[in-house]
Amino acid sequence: MLGAEEIRRALTRIAHEILESGHGADDLVLLGIPHRGVPLAERLAAQIARAEGDDRPLDQLAGSLDITMYRDDLRHNPTRAPSPTRIPREGIDGRTVVLVDDVLYSGRTIRAALDALGAIGRPAAVRLAVLVDRGHRQLPIRADHVGKNLPTSRSERVHVQLTETDGVDAVDIVRPGAEPGPGTEPAEGTA
Amino acid sequence: MRHFISIADLDRDEAIAVLATAEHMAETQSRSIRKLPTLVGTTVVNLFFEDSTRTRISFEAAAKRLSADVINFSAKGSSISKGETLKDTALTLQAMGADAVVVRSGSSGAAHLLAHAGWIDQPIVNAGDGAHEHPTQAMLDAFTMRRHLRPGDPTAGLDGLHVVIVGDVLHSRVARSNVLLLTLLGARVTLVAPPALVPVGASAWPCEIRYDLDEALATGPDAVMMLRVQSERMVGGGFFPTAGEYSRRYGLTTARAASLPDHAIVMHPGPMNRGFEIAGDVADSPRSVIVEQVASGVFVRMAVLYHLLATDSREGPR
Amino acid sequence: MTADQNASPGGTGPSPLLIRGGRPYGEDVQDVLLEAGRITAIGTDLEVPADAEVVEADGCIVLPGLVDLHTHLREPGGEEAETIESGTRAAARGGFTAVHAMANTLPVADTAGVVEQVARRGETDGWCSVRPVGAVTVGLAGERLAELDAMANSRAKVRVFSDDGKCVHDPVLMRRALEYVKSFDGVIAQHAQDPRLTEGAQMHEGVVSAELGLAGWPAVAEESIIARDVLLAQHVGSRLHVCHLSTAGSVDIVRWAKERGIDVTAEVTPHHLLLTDETVREFDAVFKVNPPLRTAEDVQAVRDGLADGTIDIVATDHAPHPRDAKDREWDQAAMGMTGLETALSLVQLTMVDEGRLTWRDVARVLSEKPAEIGRDEDQGQVLEPGAPAHVLVWDPRSVRAADPAEHASRSRNSPFAGIELPGMNRLTVLEGRPTVRDGLVVEQ
Repeated sequence: MLGAEEIRRALTRIAHEILESGHGADDLVLLGIPHRGVPLAERLAAQIARAEGDDRPLDQLAGSLDITMYRDDLRHNPTRAPSPTRIPREGIDGRTVVLVDDVLYSGRTIRAALDALGAIGRPAAVRLAVLVDRGHRQLPIRADHVGKNLPTSRSERVHVQLTETDGVDAVDIVRPGAEPGPGTEPAEGTA
Repeated sequence: MRHFISIADLDRDEAIAVLATAEHMAETQSRSIRKLPTLVGTTVVNLFFEDSTRTRISFEAAAKRLSADVINFSAKGSSISKGETLKDTALTLQAMGADAVVVRSGSSGAAHLLAHAGWIDQPIVNAGDGAHEHPTQAMLDAFTMRRHLRPGDPTAGLDGLHVVIVGDVLHSRVARSNVLLLTLLGARVTLVAPPALVPVGASAWPCEIRYDLDEALATGPDAVMMLRVQSERMVGGGFFPTAGEYSRRYGLTTARAASLPDHAIVMHPGPMNRGFEIAGDVADSPRSVIVEQVASGVFVRMAVLYHLLATDSREGPR
Repeated sequence: MTADQNASPGGTGPSPLLIRGGRPYGEDVQDVLLEAGRITAIGTDLEVPADAEVVEADGCIVLPGLVDLHTHLREPGGEEAETIESGTRAAARGGFTAVHAMANTLPVADTAGVVEQVARRGETDGWCSVRPVGAVTVGLAGERLAELDAMANSRAKVRVFSDDGKCVHDPVLMRRALEYVKSFDGVIAQHAQDPRLTEGAQMHEGVVSAELGLAGWPAVAEESIIARDVLLAQHVGSRLHVCHLSTAGSVDIVRWAKERGIDVTAEVTPHHLLLTDETVREFDAVFKVNPPLRTAEDVQAVRDGLADGTIDIVATDHAPHPRDAKDREWDQAAMGMTGLETALSLVQLTMVDEGRLTWRDVARVLSEKPAEIGRDEDQGQVLEPGAPAHVLVWDPRSVRAADPAEHASRSRNSPFAGIELPGMNRLTVLEGRPTVRDGLVVEQ
């Protein structure tokens, strides 16, 4: 559905949207949600830094936010191994946090991310950027920046691959029964 | 992982996974709000047939920081002291809807029995059973060693490290669990004890056994773990002539600690007999990680509860 | 076939019984005719008396009724676990026609009054003969001798004395007991366990106990007492019986003693012929027993000892316990396991099917020799005309998983639950009357 070039263009657009909607890079923190939100946040941070001529190290602009301990479906799945949370040294208090994820689906991951964020600090504002919005929300959550809206049926899966994690940039829709390729992660589980 | 009874039930990947989760828990405990909602709505019962305030508090803190409700059920002042059996207690806990039971008992095998006798369906965590095992203590010891001696890599084991464990091996569940776990993670273990405090049959263990502490320390170990001398368990008596002789031969004195390599750490599962198995100065010295072990205990127990409870109980992990 | 059909008209005695086509001692096929409580004929193609019942025993082994020198019937005092009635029903199901009831009851069988009461209950309630064992010391306390002579000369005619469950550890007391029983041809059956070496002991001391952190019961605690006792028996010229010998070292010591001509006999239990300390790993107290299950090497040694005659007999140490005594943490659970109903299957499995014992040897170790040690003159007799009609017909071809729920014992603490065991009790006859048919107790 999306190839490497389309993904690159989508991210560039999102990066500009983020800058236009805010007050510049100084107050921004991009936090990727593991696993594939993390490289996306780093790519966005790199583009934003380039656009702003910001020469701070990237880890001052981007980090990762693990939400495993805040999920509401832990008792319905095999044990999930948590991933690291890395918050830029200056923290998030009073800043604008942009949560970054690959696919927005039920909204439960983002709900968990908001809870996780609350334990870390008190941002001035929280925004959400996703590469793909596939619909079927179960919670009143929407994305501020969307790379592409992909209408799907519930039985389908959105299969995102990124160079950093999977060796290639691609987004596909996998129909039920079809064997997804390596590197697949079902977006947001089935909750 | 259905229960957490014995290190012997774990493979290396499982042990590393628990240590990695414990690192994650440690990271969350540096946040402004330390309580995680992970186990909200679950009830963890601390069933303690043996007095052990520090272990009970550690499990209680771990459960509460994961938002579980905690019920403490201790021998003293309860129906247990009125002769209620483990079986009746288990049936009671089952009926009350406990989601996990942390059990501490003076009887070897109590946790195993609770897990497998069919009285209760819930996950069981062994908080020490007789002289058999104390698996979360071994995990927190490995966690502490890893942080000091193999920092930075969440997938690291303890490969190549040399650990000397000193003291009352015969009565020590800590020693048994540590021998299993440290060797599982790739460390080399040397046990040092007076011969009467080494179990007959321990020669089959995957470790070296020595009777001379100074010889063992001269090999330059990376970590020295002193065991508590459990005088209350010295049934039959006469394991060593006097406390003084024990202390001279097997105590970690200031001079002995000074002979260790600079990077070596000193550990003790607590509670310590200062001046007996370990000199007070050594326990308070920079190379002592004894207080840190206590903090590690909470992280490791959070990780164990997470692995047992934050999962679909209908199937195992992975 | 019901019990009524086996009663002769007028109800005075058992009607004749012809066991046809079986193999006495597992040897040639011969019919065995039982009349009026005696064996009256053995031979091929015996004529069937007009009023006789015929039991077809093709392929079965015919043995003298089994004799257990070591049974805990628990009555008086432990009726929750077993009674003389339930225990002897279990014995009959196991093919036994006589048991020696151990003295550790409540009250202890340390007076003529108690042993006579047990003997009387055996006569009225028993599905086999019950011979009381007398305590060696008052209250099993190991401090002073009980009135051994009074028990020997009581109606119960006690010849076996034992503090079983406890060791007569005081060497002077043991010496006196050995000397004292000489006057009435008694025997001291010693539970060999040094008490100081086994304080708090939970299982065999070795690799497994080290791993499980359970207090060890070292082999030397048994062997040192046996060594002392055989020397004492030699010194005073008396008769010693070693209960439930369990270690390779014990076999060596008894072998040495026999070579020196010391009057010692020894027993091994069925469970020590099969099970090892590895079973303890699951902490299931059904495997908790005293002496404890030992190592595979010890199992091999006791099998060797039984095969070469160093060990004289197999005795069950049938030790029933109520469920609550076993459903506990290992160190709080009771020691002991039931064994009457699985004993011969175990001997067949571990010794006969392995080619270590013949069926004639089985008759020796499970009937003749135990009767001789216990001076039980009516039992353990050679199958021949004139002998009392205590007979077992055993089908060695049957194989089935042991199920304690089927046991006649009041207790269920059999360690063999679920294990495939060979052999089945087709018929047990006590004084000419069937007590068991096809594994089921014949109600009377």
